[in-house]
Amino acid sequence: MIAFYLTLLLPLVGTLLMLGIGNLRIAGYCNIIITIAGFVASLFMAHYFFEHGAFLAIKQQFYIDAFNLLIIVLTTFVVMTTAFFSNTFMWINAATNRISTRHLRLYHVMYQLFALMMLIALAANNIGILWVAMEGATLATVLLVSLYRTKEAIEASWKYFILCIVGIALALFGTILVYFSATQELVQAKTGMLWSVLALHANHFDPTIIKIAFVFLLVGYGTKIGLVPLHNWLPDAYSESPAPVATLLSGLLSNVALYALIRFKILTDLALANHLADNLLMVFGLLSFVVAAVLLQRQHNIKRLFSYSSIEHMGLITFTFGLGGPIATFVGLFYLLVHALTKSALFTIVGNVVQQTKTNSLEKIRGLIKNQPLLAWVLLAATLIISGIPPFGIFTSELLVFITCVKFLPLIAIILVGGSILAFAGLLRNIQPVVYGEPTPMTKSKICLWPAILHLSLVLILGLYIPPVLQQLLQQAARLITG
Amino acid sequence: MELLTSIITALILLTAFVFLMQNRIHSMINTFIWQSVLLSAVTFLQALKTTEIELYISVLLTILLKVIFIPYLLRSFVRKLNIRHKVAEIKYPFLLLIGASALVLFCYHLIIPISAISWNEASNTIAVAMAVMLLGMLLLITHRKAISHVIGFMSMENGIFFAALIATKGMPMVVELGIAFDVLIAAVLFGVFFLQLRRSIDSLDVDRLNLLREDTE
Repeated sequence: MIAFYLTLLLPLVGTLLMLGIGNLRIAGYCNIIITIAGFVASLFMAHYFFEHGAFLAIKQQFYIDAFNLLIIVLTTFVVMTTAFFSNTFMWINAATNRISTRHLRLYHVMYQLFALMMLIALAANNIGILWVAMEGATLATVLLVSLYRTKEAIEASWKYFILCIVGIALALFGTILVYFSATQELVQAKTGMLWSVLALHANHFDPTIIKIAFVFLLVGYGTKIGLVPLHNWLPDAYSESPAPVATLLSGLLSNVALYALIRFKILTDLALANHLADNLLMVFGLLSFVVAAVLLQRQHNIKRLFSYSSIEHMGLITFTFGLGGPIATFVGLFYLLVHALTKSALFTIVGNVVQQTKTNSLEKIRGLIKNQPLLAWVLLAATLIISGIPPFGIFTSELLVFITCVKFLPLIAIILVGGSILAFAGLLRNIQPVVYGEPTPMTKSKICLWPAILHLSLVLILGLYIPPVLQQLLQQAARLITG
Repeated sequence: MELLTSIITALILLTAFVFLMQNRIHSMINTFIWQSVLLSAVTFLQALKTTEIELYISVLLTILLKVIFIPYLLRSFVRKLNIRHKVAEIKYPFLLLIGASALVLFCYHLIIPISAISWNEASNTIAVAMAVMLLGMLLLITHRKAISHVIGFMSMENGIFFAALIATKGMPMVVELGIAFDVLIAAVLFGVFFLQLRRSIDSLDVDRLNLLREDTE
């Protein structure tokens, strides 16, 4: 139990601490120490979970089960490794005067606050608190996206801000509709916001209200996941924000939004007893997957290229959850996990590349392998992994999605294969000349690659072998989602 | 009391329409104040009816935040940025009104099946609340100046709050406070953005934000 409180308390302490620390060195190391402690705390929480099972905390406002435990541990882990990368990265930025000390302090405060908001959103049992924390996470990252204060960065963060707060306001309306239908059924109306209570009574809820509510929630949280046609903000925000922020946004925040949507999908399935939610998820997931795979072809900016790859994978993951059934859900969760690890590694690598070459343009970066062999190899490897080469985790999950899909919807499986090949070609065609080709001059500064290498090795291991603990967790979570 | 609630509900819907037709920022802020006053009045009526203490707190919160603080904040932005000219040219006022009315009808169309199945006298107000929210969104889409986007967002928020109030007799206090806090931060962030936008593109016209297009790179 202590571990649970610590997991939430540490980033809170971190936020307050960062407000006071002006020195960059100290702030950077404090950031690392706090995030390590956070990760360890979440591991102890996992240990507690395995001994005692799912538990409620703080007057039932928080609830830990297999589903959110999985994503919480993932979150604290990526937040920790990114803190290491961020330390090196921001140090160089400060040394080259790209960022002022004042902005750096803001950055560290918001880094911790962002982690805190994500963890609250994940651990919340109260769907209202879930919403408040999602909005909080959005607001915390808005100023991080515009940290460089260039015209492009400000434009990107304005788009991110306006689209996401409007989208998420719609999700609040959906949340209220769910609460409304709960107050019709429950004796104690005020408990109608607690997910654990809702899940028990959802089969009595008014189907009409829940139907409307789910549409609003899909649009709202779908905006944050980056589902087409609500994805416009995503490539801009990922490409203009500082690399560690893009890492966190792509690897974590979209997962939290998807997590929220799946929570409501569980309720919707119980209330409607049909496949409406599943079908909606499949349609929008598939649409995102296809559109992103096509748009990916015509990118000229390395960060935008991988942003579209994010939309593509998140679309496919959403689609997988839409397939329903314990197997597809198991695959969806596993896919979510390996995608988060791979994509955050990729943005770490790309951040390093951009810092070395001082440009985002895919046409200008050439011959990386001559100047920075290690960086080039890792970039190439990560690109191949995200495009789904065996035996890595992404390949395993895409294969499993394909197999599950063939069983239920053979025609759509063809689209999946086509889209994957298209995305593979698009990524490789663009990255190959970046790695090889005639080298362009570049400045050499310190690079921080080990977090990326660690993530990629984990993805390799997961592609070959799923540890029993993880398998048990995934199975429990899948059972929870499919009911 | 029922009659009074209905009248106020109708007036709230009216303010949402008034927003769409205005092109001066000061009159928009004034309309926002009116909308918020009406909202707190309807909350107060609800509080009298249900005698819930939390609703009285919520009245207080609405007045403090939406009648006093946010308009004050907006006015100070306007002063600081020296915005005197019209904030928007409304190109097709007639079409806009038709569209807005269609939205209201659509909301009723969505809500009617609910009231047929279950309880309540309030389905009318839920439809209105939803309409206010969607009209706020319409404002966001049609107006191209950043400053009217704040009003659009706040109007959406008012609609949502109204829905929560009527449909569910208020949310748990923690959630309500959380939402109020988020709205407050969003309002402050809008201010930060106005300064940044002014500095970078020398305008609050969002149509001039066109650097990040697919083709131009």
